[in-house]
Amino acid sequence: MATQTSTSAADSFYKQLGRMYGIYTGGFVAFVLFLAILEQVGVPNKILGYFFVFFTLAVYAIIGVATRTAQLSEYYVAGRRVPAFYNGMATGADWMSAASFVGMAGSLFLLGYDGLAWVLGWTGGFVLVSILVGPYLRKFGAYTVPDFLSFRYGGNFARFLGVIVLVCCSFTYVTAQIYGTGLIASRFLGMQFEIAVFAGLVGILLCAMLGGMRAVTWTQIAQYIVLIVAYLTPIVILSMQHYKIPIPELTYGRAIAEITAREQELVQTGLATLCTAANCGPATLKPHIQPFLNYTPLNYFGIIFCMMVGTASLPHILMRYFTTPSVKEARDSVAWSLLFIFLLYFSAPAYAAFSKLEVYTNIIGRDLTQIRPWLFNWGELGLIQICGKNATNLDTVIAACKAIAGHPGVLRFQDFVINTDVIVLSTPEIAGLPYVISGLVAAGGLAAALSTADGLLLAIANALSHDIYYKMLDPKAPTIRRLTVARVLLFFVAVASAALAATRPSDILAMVGWAFSLAMAGNFPAIVLGIWWKRATTAGAICGIAAGWGICLFYLVCSRYFPQAGVAYFGMTSLLNPETGQALVNVGQVLADPKWLADVPASAANPLANKVGWFDLNNINCGLLGMPLGFLVIYVVSLLGKEPSKEMQSLIDEIRKPRGRTVLDEKTN
Amino acid sequence: MFMHLGVWVFFGYIIHMFVKQLNAFTVPILGFPLGFYMAAQGSLIVFVVMLFMFARQQNQIDRDHGYAEDQ
Repeated sequence: MATQTSTSAADSFYKQLGRMYGIYTGGFVAFVLFLAILEQVGVPNKILGYFFVFFTLAVYAIIGVATRTAQLSEYYVAGRRVPAFYNGMATGADWMSAASFVGMAGSLFLLGYDGLAWVLGWTGGFVLVSILVGPYLRKFGAYTVPDFLSFRYGGNFARFLGVIVLVCCSFTYVTAQIYGTGLIASRFLGMQFEIAVFAGLVGILLCAMLGGMRAVTWTQIAQYIVLIVAYLTPIVILSMQHYKIPIPELTYGRAIAEITAREQELVQTGLATLCTAANCGPATLKPHIQPFLNYTPLNYFGIIFCMMVGTASLPHILMRYFTTPSVKEARDSVAWSLLFIFLLYFSAPAYAAFSKLEVYTNIIGRDLTQIRPWLFNWGELGLIQICGKNATNLDTVIAACKAIAGHPGVLRFQDFVINTDVIVLSTPEIAGLPYVISGLVAAGGLAAALSTADGLLLAIANALSHDIYYKMLDPKAPTIRRLTVARVLLFFVAVASAALAATRPSDILAMVGWAFSLAMAGNFPAIVLGIWWKRATTAGAICGIAAGWGICLFYLVCSRYFPQAGVAYFGMTSLLNPETGQALVNVGQVLADPKWLADVPASAANPLANKVGWFDLNNINCGLLGMPLGFLVIYVVSLLGKEPSKEMQSLIDEIRKPRGRTVLDEKTN
Repeated sequence: MFMHLGVWVFFGYIIHMFVKQLNAFTVPILGFPLGFYMAAQGSLIVFVVMLFMFARQQNQIDRDHGYAEDQ
């Protein structure tokens, strides 16, 4: 295969890649500078917002159209010739979603040290991908993760379960992305949230429908560049302003020291109440660096574990390692992915620290009349509340605070409630940076949400068209019909998840956390034992997937949507406050209220939603129930049955050796 | 491989169980409390370096045993 001509053609293709993306990055920077000039000459903010959103969308769509394909291996695995470095970048964009970009720094802002569970979980997982899973699946040579399950556990039933798990976790995940795009579009284009959700959907479909893995790969690289520039710019500027060193990761230690000092000051002047063992409610101040005030150690380490193992089980991530030219490149590519992801993740705590410092000094402790007008843009969306009311304008705020007995007229810590998903998007405004930076951040958030949504929708569409339609329903279907089926199904899946997003199931981070737990409970035991334990049998895998994934999904749905039934029939109790050990909600009292008792399925406002469970386990960590059960069931059921055929066992040996053709090729040719 | 998984467990979990004790120390110059720093940056850097090392070592093992792919 590797003749002289094809290698040299490939070489020039890769050289060109570097040049193309170099020009692209330069063009993007020039575009931002151009808009900065426009702002200086007085072009209104709203126009700048439109420029950012539509220009970047147009670029992604152009790349998507230019690289579209109808050839099968290009459509499913980008022809298996994406170099490790670029695949790393594409995986970075695929990986970093609205949760990383928009949600994570916000959670770090709110949770302080406890939020670092997410940072750790979402980076450490790649160690598992590289050691246990990624390169072996590449050697196997599948198009999709259910492909592997079906082959290893012979038969379409395992494939079918694999598809269900894949669709279920990708669907949850994509809902969070659409919610994120809706949030950005509603703020920067001035639309109503419910409409903006569907507008975001159009943007996502535009990119994903067009051209399969090949188009998504090259688009994702472009999106990575936008999102990393957008994420780092504001904090580099802030670091420069405050400490004269443009490397925020080095300087934010001092910001944290200042936050700690300011926290003590707020408590001493009576502007905040400190979280203590006697009272640690939502309105109390929890020091930024003090651990385990928001999550119990069980939930903290549970999140780290679930996110790590979830990383190694998410089909849309594993799928990316099917596109590299070789097993070696797959391995290198995991390392590159983590490096690109690391760039954002080790900056996120800096983001949180800088914006927290700004909020503590420029908002809290200021006179009510000094509230700056940008706050009201978010207040109108219901995302910033002051004195218990949405901060829509100055008069509302003053009236709301006057209504509180003994209010001092300056903003206190407990008066100011900001939705965590707003922090990143509003930090440029909090710090008083030019609007062009806000627009840049919005474009970055959009790139993050779009790139992940593209990857997810592609994974769903591939599973439905390749695994269900082609492999199970109509094995003779021509390529064109398979791809058309994929696109039609894609459309319906996307509309359904937009409808779900419009109901605001939870914040972005929690929704994404659910997806990880579901993937982990369903896929991890079957994939890992499939590669590493020759004795694992078909019956074992089927029972294991069903049991692990089933219990996780049950725990999740029950505690989020049917907490009343969870308490009444399944022995769930209120989660506990990590510091005081008291129940978060008084379950008996809520259930005595007919309004909440009849609230089925539970709305977001229901005090029991997400607040009940077993063993004080947050429902984000439902994988912690599902995965061990999955392993146990596969182990027991496999030992009860007959061992897999000799032929299968030797194929599993084959997966572990990089040399030679992919296992699937040998089998089918 | 098991050594790498061991390093992963240590920096992913064990070290963070002692965050309260580690916070008593401060990282020189940068000014972070050590426990916070390990979760925010230290462990992450270890993961990245470790993955590049793992890829190199594993590729070397494949070459030594004659299982490497043809270039």
